[in-house]
Amino acid sequence: MASPVTTQDKTLLASLYETIYTIRVFESEGIKLYRKGLIRGYFHPYTGEEAIAVGVCAALREQDYITSTHRGHGHCIARGADIRKMTAELLGRATGYCRGRGGSMHIADMSAGNLGANGVVGAGTPLGVGAALGTSIRGEDRVTACFTSDGAVMNGTFGEALNLAAAWSLPFVLVVENNQYAVSTPVEQTTRELDLYKRGQGMGVHSVGIDGNDVVTVYDTMQDAIGRCQAGEGPVMIECRTFRHGGHHVNDPGLYLPQDKLQHYLEHDPLTVARQYLMDAGATEAEVADIDARVEASNEDAIAFAIDSPEPDLAEFLEEVEANE
Amino acid sequence: MSNEPRTLMYREALNEALMEEMRRDDTVFVMGEGIAERGGSYKVTAGLLAEFGEKRVIDTPLAEASFTGAGIGAALTGMRPVVELLFIDFALLTLDQVINQAAKLKFMTGGQGNVPFVMRTQGGTGNGVAAQHSQSLEAIFYHAPGLNVVMPSCPHDAKGLLKTAVRHNDPVIFIEHKLLYMNEGPVPTDDYLIPFGQGDIKRRGSDVTLIAWSNMIPRSLTAADKLAAEGINVEVVDPRTLVPLDKELILDSVRRTEHVVIVQEAVRRGGVASDIASIIQAEAFDYLDAPIEIVAGLNTQIPFNLTLEAACVPQEDDIIAAVKRAVYA
Ligand SMILES: Cc1ncc(C[n+]2csc(CCOP(=O)(O)OP(=O)(O)O)c2C)c(N)n1
Ligand SMILES: [Mg+2]
Repeated sequence: MASPVTTQDKTLLASLYETIYTIRVFESEGIKLYRKGLIRGYFHPYTGEEAIAVGVCAALREQDYITSTHRGHGHCIARGADIRKMTAELLGRATGYCRGRGGSMHIADMSAGNLGANGVVGAGTPLGVGAALGTSIRGEDRVTACFTSDGAVMNGTFGEALNLAAAWSLPFVLVVENNQYAVSTPVEQTTRELDLYKRGQGMGVHSVGIDGNDVVTVYDTMQDAIGRCQAGEGPVMIECRTFRHGGHHVNDPGLYLPQDKLQHYLEHDPLTVARQYLMDAGATEAEVADIDARVEASNEDAIAFAIDSPEPDLAEFLEEVEANE
Repeated sequence: MSNEPRTLMYREALNEALMEEMRRDDTVFVMGEGIAERGGSYKVTAGLLAEFGEKRVIDTPLAEASFTGAGIGAALTGMRPVVELLFIDFALLTLDQVINQAAKLKFMTGGQGNVPFVMRTQGGTGNGVAAQHSQSLEAIFYHAPGLNVVMPSCPHDAKGLLKTAVRHNDPVIFIEHKLLYMNEGPVPTDDYLIPFGQGDIKRRGSDVTLIAWSNMIPRSLTAADKLAAEGINVEVVDPRTLVPLDKELILDSVRRTEHVVIVQEAVRRGGVASDIASIIQAEAFDYLDAPIEIVAGLNTQIPFNLTLEAACVPQEDDIIAAVKRAVYA
């Protein structure tokens, strides 16, 4: 699947690797902050699934839209978000993307076309179809990529929304992150057809199933999808196979995950795969170490920024509530 | 069998109710997301799979509208489902099935067929779970004729009311609170039921009637203790079921105290508190010595930040201040 053009593009591969590592560090350091009590509420790590967000968003253009999920930090970072403002939001600070009103499950970055994470599984799909509908009515060359999950595919919103996109031939790409679990429930227990992309085919949508841990495969597939959308052949459905590296959220040890499967995916880690592509394209150990150091330093900076940031002002909040009465 | 009450957590009391009802009646079954093997997010269904097997303890896909509707259809045809919705916020995905179907089937068909359907769910704010996981939405179900709405505040009531819900022949929306699951309280050993429409006086007092439900009960009881130290005796009335509502218990208390405070966590606008206030003013106007005080959530979405969150729902101090306004008015 991986195209030779991509596998020889060292600059692109370095950037893909860097973004994957940025997400990896953001999540592992975020979990530490959570354990220290600095982050409250729900925190769903994207660890192990990074290649999907990174491959998809690297292919997207500036004018494109994304919708995200409850497991949304990776989408946000891959879409170019400022991790200072993300970390501040996780800590509920005034300097966060949502000024402390949203938290992990509601981070959005509208100026970058990131229409937001979502606490309601499956709810982002119709919203994404709507964004694509708007661009189509306005006659713009913009694609909407909607991240969704295997659990969401079982929800009514999936079928209704994808069918709308198909009926209206919208420039819409449904990216299903099939990590094979909805909390503790394995996908085999909730559907008979494990190739989820076949559902899209049943609706006449160009649909493929790919290795979601291989960033180059994801990138190439997304490039192809964007081309199809531009040619008026949208929507496209891409099922990305992947696996969580741990529990559903920070407080879930994930003991129900079968060890052999987990081990398989830990070895087929999107970070390692991306690193290998980069090395194969001629990068040196020193170059990679430089990237790593830069990523780690910027994450430390983001945490320091967030911790030094003020809490939202209560009086200002109450004024807003009153104004919206 | 001795009837020495034991101390149980709210979630354990709910678990016992389900266990007992499933043993008693083979038509009772439970379904929801992660309720079987994992025993539910709050462990309310722990142990059910082992005892009753996967035909009666069903993990569902993430398909709220349809598994809820399937529960209603099963209820119509001889089963007694207890369907769990992880958060009341997601019960919004089921509203057609609940309000257009379950609540109306018996009525529309001229009384043919019962819908002994129970939806168990939980609401309220709790530790920064933000706008889509913190709502108090009882008013939506309260508003729709044909549904019973139950909101227990302690382990004893949780068990007795859930058992009644399972045996009830009409749909029941059973709303728990995420901050109550670990609360402990005495629960009798023997089999007991709490009838719907029978409220409970959680604390006797002569100066003011405070009406509250769900998690606002423990908060109001603490406030009442503090007020007692200042010489104000608060009577705390818990209707326990909002539909049907124990009007007599409320009116009787109001006639004795002549002052009323109603506390709800839900947003003020269009809330159950306003409706209870309207009932009181219509039926006990001559007894009132002061305007009815309503302490409610602000008319806002719930923010993530904990300080902002706390400002959006009634706290102990808000309750104390409202009681003083009512009494000293
Ligand atoms: C409509 C809805 N139902 C249930 C939930 C509770 N919930 C949050 S995440 C989740 C599992 C989702 O699994 P999946 O869709 O596969 O996404 P993943 O967590 O695996 O990324 C559940 C059940 C929710 N947030 N929204
Ligand atoms: Mg999943």
